[in-house]
Amino acid sequence: MGHHEHELIRLSAAALAEKLGSGEVSSVEATKAHLDRIAAVDGEVHAFLHTAPEASLATAAAIDARRAAGEELHPLAGVPIAIKDVIVTNDMPTTSGSKILEGWVPPYDATVMVKLRAAGLIPIGKTNMDEFAMGSSTEHSAYGPTHNPWDLERIPGGSGGGSAAAVASFEAPLALGSDTGGSIRQPAHVTGTVGVKPTYGGVSRYGAIALASSLDQIGPVSRTVLDSAMLHDVIAGHDPFDSTSLTDAWPSMAEAVRRADVKGLKIGVIQQLDGEGFQTGVLERFREALDVLAAAGAEIVDVSLPSLEYAIAAYYLIMPAEASSNLAKFDSVRFGLRVNPPGGGTVEDVMSATREAGFGAEAKRRIILGTYALSAGYYDAYYGSAQKVRTLVQRDFAAAFEQADVLVSPTAPTTAFKLGQNTGDPMAMYLNDIATIPANLAGIPGISLPVGLAREDGLPVGIQFLAPAREDARLYNVGGALEALLEQAWGHTLISLAPDLAPGEMAAAQEGAV
Amino acid sequence: MSEITQEQVAHLANLARIALTPQEIESLTSELGSIVDNVAKVSEVATPDVPATSHPIPLQNVYRDDEPGVTLTSEQALAGAPDHDGSRFRVTAILGEEQ
Repeated sequence: MGHHEHELIRLSAAALAEKLGSGEVSSVEATKAHLDRIAAVDGEVHAFLHTAPEASLATAAAIDARRAAGEELHPLAGVPIAIKDVIVTNDMPTTSGSKILEGWVPPYDATVMVKLRAAGLIPIGKTNMDEFAMGSSTEHSAYGPTHNPWDLERIPGGSGGGSAAAVASFEAPLALGSDTGGSIRQPAHVTGTVGVKPTYGGVSRYGAIALASSLDQIGPVSRTVLDSAMLHDVIAGHDPFDSTSLTDAWPSMAEAVRRADVKGLKIGVIQQLDGEGFQTGVLERFREALDVLAAAGAEIVDVSLPSLEYAIAAYYLIMPAEASSNLAKFDSVRFGLRVNPPGGGTVEDVMSATREAGFGAEAKRRIILGTYALSAGYYDAYYGSAQKVRTLVQRDFAAAFEQADVLVSPTAPTTAFKLGQNTGDPMAMYLNDIATIPANLAGIPGISLPVGLAREDGLPVGIQFLAPAREDARLYNVGGALEALLEQAWGHTLISLAPDLAPGEMAAAQEGAV
Repeated sequence: MSEITQEQVAHLANLARIALTPQEIESLTSELGSIVDNVAKVSEVATPDVPATSHPIPLQNVYRDDEPGVTLTSEQALAGAPDHDGSRFRVTAILGEEQ
């Protein structure tokens, strides 16, 4: 990798887009730089399950040709992007991190893919994830875990650890994620990057392999707030192929970042997420960020979400219940794996043998739990009660948003834990999601952005803002403002402190060896 | 402690069409017991006066116009199938001998 490439991969998507627009850099150069980076570091990081170097370079060359011919292109045209493997792509395998879909190339593109391709972005590969997005660490991927670029012994978060690690390790400036209980925001928190869960229905889910249909949402992953906003603007909007898609006309999220100003903004600190159970260094950085916002003219108030302690319980009933239903489609008939039991059997025997071999431990755990929660005799006590808790959580948010424009909390209780630390205790793993799942239960949007490194372990800490449904632009306003204030105070970006994964690269480039 | 038994897990696995091994049934029984103990608290606050929410953003049912749209060809639909005869998915016997 040359010196020039080394600099190209460190540009934000917005900065790279400017260089592409001015003709200073070609999309082929930008795409090649990121593919070279993947070749150099992904052996260690394992953010990608699949890359398509030749196809992505051909797509990039086509964009360069159109630009050279004077065609008016989208500002992000030519910028590489990584795609979470939960999103179907008609030119790359899509596995959702599961053996049951190994090698499957879908016959259609997700709506977000259609939109990305229309805007001229360059899909460079599919990113690793917990199987069917079930997890907070990517350790439940059937293809092995992704490693956190800040410390390769630690988790990159989950389920979208691959997308977060890809942007954190400069393998792509942008990625798509999906967030059912925090799978975009928690990986952003532990990797020092930015992730946004839009309002439920704000971005089409057509072509996202469903985990829990009343909770799932596709959203942007990036290193800067502006980059997420620009990607959000590309993928948002009504889709007749998704019956839960909102028909709203959305304001420009990128404009919200460019005009960011927190003067007079009322920010509500969620009392239940500001103390017990949270790591000291996480709380330290969190409170510093609040001070920075207050100094810039924001008004910090306290808000309470009293039903929060029931939210995880409700989530871990609703999500598995919906998952057990959604995953029934993996039946060995229409796509994916088929395993014939010894001696043959009926189609149901084949189905059972296939699902036994094709699903990993966590998928089985959640399917069985969901089947239990939905079974006769338990439905009212578990699933029915969980749906009522959902109402209570929504009421809590409605009351809190009477007192504040946005709410705030640390994104997760701790910094990145070690790979393997929580795999033996599913409930301990589930408790990591305390701060992120309430937004999914209520359908409201959330953002996580980095606010520094925890004193005790030097690992990234994220802050989460939440806004009322349909008010995603408020997140970009407050996120953009805080990011600018922090970077001004630090004199650099947080991600610039991440360890160099390929230290030979620069030295070799300076010696002219590559 | 919840009352989840190995027989119950085996029954659920059958309903979910997953041929779990005896070892998996054993470990899932204790894991599910612990998870259910943790999530059962939802019933503490789910009083009769609280309505259930199934969907985060209230929406009306959505119908599309009854007009032909773009659909998959048979070839595309069969492309990922484990087995097919060129126009249909092929499976083993639907009914067992005792049926």
